[in-house]
Amino acid sequence: MIARITHLSVFVLDQDQALDFYVNKLGFKKHTDIPMHGGGRWLTVTPPEQPELEVALMPTAPWGPWNEENAAIMRGLVQQGLFGFGAFKCKDVRATYEELHAKGVEFPMPPTQQPYGIIAVLKDNSGNSFSLSELEPKRGKDSNS
Amino acid sequence: MEPYPKAYLYKRIVQAKLFMDKHFAERIDLAKICWEASFSKFHFIRLFKEVYGATPKAYLSKLRIEHAAQLLDQGMPVADACMNAGFESIPTFSHAFRKQVGKTPAAYRKARAERLQSMMEEPMDHIPNCYAVWLGWQIEDRNPG
Repeated sequence: MIARITHLSVFVLDQDQALDFYVNKLGFKKHTDIPMHGGGRWLTVTPPEQPELEVALMPTAPWGPWNEENAAIMRGLVQQGLFGFGAFKCKDVRATYEELHAKGVEFPMPPTQQPYGIIAVLKDNSGNSFSLSELEPKRGKDSNS
Repeated sequence: MEPYPKAYLYKRIVQAKLFMDKHFAERIDLAKICWEASFSKFHFIRLFKEVYGATPKAYLSKLRIEHAAQLLDQGMPVADACMNAGFESIPTFSHAFRKQVGKTPAAYRKARAERLQSMMEEPMDHIPNCYAVWLGWQIEDRNPG
């Protein structure tokens, strides 16, 4: 029986730039960085409060089993925001939005009150989209009053 | 028009948090932060805790410990990491570090150095086999010839 997820992949256009974005903008921590034959790296980061889950920042370059044609297709899909999707949780969507927005993170959707809680959508610097919602949703009420 | 209710309040709290993120290693005067953010001390502490789940003082200590851990990761001696992270005494630092990380600074530094060494000597131990085999990866030869 499957018990846990330990690794997930996010395909990125440039591993160095993605590492900078995930660590210095989103607050992830660099976990493992191992150079691989052919120019790629096994590069993983962990969410700030989830050190057991490694997110592999996978290159979209022609190496390993990826030929030039496949890598180009993947780059196109990622760039257009058609490939990567995920969901982040935080304590407070509005505060997280203000902080990341101040750091230059792109938000296709700012904090928006939905019946099930406050939601925002952000993009990483490759084009992957992530929703942002709260660990304990505040339903239809304003906090900090 | 504000993008959501009380956005001005969030902006001020987040600015105060970003100030701490930038100046955590210095002597931070909480009263000064409150004054610059136009909050009373009581109001600021209450809002900060509501948004971030910790008092400004506890958050500052967490930031300093995280920074010290990064410095220890890089091999910096414990005493230097302590001072660089803004702690004024090693016993205070060691106590706070152990409480947050679960190890003494020296034990943490040793464990991280051993992990780095292992990553250099046995890189495949740090990459899930399924990924490596499926992708046909080979570790870059670090000692050619």
